[in-house]
Amino acid sequence: MRKLALDKLDAFFKAIAKNETLYLPVRENMSAAFERYEEGTVYFEAPNTLRSAKDFFFPQSETLAAFRFQQNKIEVVDPRRESEDFVVFGVRPCDVASFKILDSVFLADPVDTYYQNRRRHSTIISLSCTKPRSTCFCTLYGIDATKGGADIDSYKCDDGYYFEANTEKGRTLLESLDSLFTDGDDTVVESQREAVRNVLEKLPFGKLDMRKFGKDAKMLELFNSPEWDELSQSCLGCGTCTFVCPTCQCFDIRDFDTGHGVQRYRCWDSCMYSDFTQMAAANPRRTQKERFRQRFMHKLVYYPEEHQGVYGCVGCGRCLERCPIHMHIVKVIKTLGEDA
Amino acid sequence: MQDEMKAKAIEMLSSGAVRRVVGWRKGDFDYDVTPAFFESVEDLQAHFVYNDFCGPNLSKYMVKVSRMEGKSLVFLKPCDTYSFNQLLDEHRIKRDQVYIVGIPCGGMIDCYKALRKSGGDVLAMSSDGTTVKVKTLTGEMSYPKNDVIEERCLCCKGGKHMVYDELIGEEGTLNPDSNRFRGVKMVEKKSPEERFAFWRGELSRCIRCNACRDVCPACTCELCVFNNDASGAATKAPVNSFEENMYHIIRAFHVAGRCTDCGECSRVCPERIPLHLINRKFIKDYDELYGSYQAGESSEGVSPLFTYKESDPDPSIVLKKGGSDNA
Repeated sequence: MRKLALDKLDAFFKAIAKNETLYLPVRENMSAAFERYEEGTVYFEAPNTLRSAKDFFFPQSETLAAFRFQQNKIEVVDPRRESEDFVVFGVRPCDVASFKILDSVFLADPVDTYYQNRRRHSTIISLSCTKPRSTCFCTLYGIDATKGGADIDSYKCDDGYYFEANTEKGRTLLESLDSLFTDGDDTVVESQREAVRNVLEKLPFGKLDMRKFGKDAKMLELFNSPEWDELSQSCLGCGTCTFVCPTCQCFDIRDFDTGHGVQRYRCWDSCMYSDFTQMAAANPRRTQKERFRQRFMHKLVYYPEEHQGVYGCVGCGRCLERCPIHMHIVKVIKTLGEDA
Repeated sequence: MQDEMKAKAIEMLSSGAVRRVVGWRKGDFDYDVTPAFFESVEDLQAHFVYNDFCGPNLSKYMVKVSRMEGKSLVFLKPCDTYSFNQLLDEHRIKRDQVYIVGIPCGGMIDCYKALRKSGGDVLAMSSDGTTVKVKTLTGEMSYPKNDVIEERCLCCKGGKHMVYDELIGEEGTLNPDSNRFRGVKMVEKKSPEERFAFWRGELSRCIRCNACRDVCPACTCELCVFNNDASGAATKAPVNSFEENMYHIIRAFHVAGRCTDCGECSRVCPERIPLHLINRKFIKDYDELYGSYQAGESSEGVSPLFTYKESDPDPSIVLKKGGSDNA
């Protein structure tokens, strides 16, 4: 592995930013957010950012096409441009795992070219976890918090940052920065991973009973469970859980009337919203219970059913901390998973 | 207190006086309570909780719950009763379907502040009213509760209930020196440019989850304009960078005169935007212009913004832009 002295981190950022746009976590109010690195930007080693890293590939809103009206003519404008190359540093392994889930949706046929464009031009540097939070439960899904599996994986140890490339893109980037590195001792990383694994073992939600969920779930039985009434009864119907979620990928496509044309944009949708899947005839999910159920059935049953048992949740714990009423996927799993 | 409340709830539920009890359900870490409708004694016994983490205001749920079959018991903290009264004033709650048990409140803990102070790896948290004790993945710690109390509790309106059928514990008194406009005054002191920059910065973090609106007891429209395609104002995504700002400004105007300053908007905001400051600015302004008025103090209160008197001042923002002394 390549090793970077702790005090050379900013030099490392500077060297990347010289050639490519670099994003990294910075302190934002009471949490952290990814921001573009500029001279003087102060990196913040957050356990996780409030908004997930999905924003890089699937932004909250983007224009898909524009239509300009001129007399009797309609000009169609394609706003797509080849994305610039960019690097994201400090992505936690749960968020790295979320990219695979997003890929399985957006890169499946028909490929979403807007998403693909950004994905292709990105180089992700993961940062393995050293201080898991009690709301973390990535281990439940078999995600290794001690190794990201991104283009480049990085580890923060007592004597420096260690880097290891997994892809061609990653190797090229690391090689270009080689003058900053020295040879690193793999055993330092290994012993740290071992120590973190011991902490991960103690995560309160790391070993929930999942026998009732996944690809072999009794879908109708779960769907019709009477527990949904109680679970959803005090849900506010806000979009917090879906918007901080790294794997929520539902979107809406709408037209914005500019007065002399139309901007057709796509934006995040939330199954918690009353107009989710609203159609001309009606809304198939008329109550909050049905919309609430949709979110969890999607992550725990529908998605695994179609993706070889992989769950649509990575256990980042954002919704556990942010839900205004603390009703979240862990409570759903615990309630519905009882007496498996 | 929790035991007394539980006993009351069980008594009323088992006698058939009420069909359900609206309270707070125990979570996994103590701090993560959920508003809940209890319909059985067993459920109450096992999961009912009242502690310093029961911030959620239950009043708005009563719009829905008072339309369910049978009568419901609801526990309201002093500041929650203002919201309940205001909803009664607006004919949103069926009063005869609700039995209100007023409960004392010693100030609620802000989960975000507490989690940050505790380092994020909290396994259990408890408060005895003055000290918070925390058990984490790596050890234990304790700190004064006042370090992590909610902003709205730092300027508490007082322990007096505005409406109730029965009280548990002693009735408190109003707190006339709440100093709740302190934050507003600090923003007012800024120059118009600084103030604009302050709000642009704060609101730039808005993720438009609508939690502030969905939790707000003054926001009970059956279909919000921002969700109603036919309104022409429905916005699921920002069309430009001012869109979020507009949403918050419009919401503040809409609830002006009806906002009881319950502080739920700021409590639920995932981005910790001090939304209550916008509403408090309105309250401060009309207090100064029309005399002091507290929404929700009475269920028949008439906001000065909903009435006209010839003697009303005629403030103008057109003639004199900026500053707080517009009158």
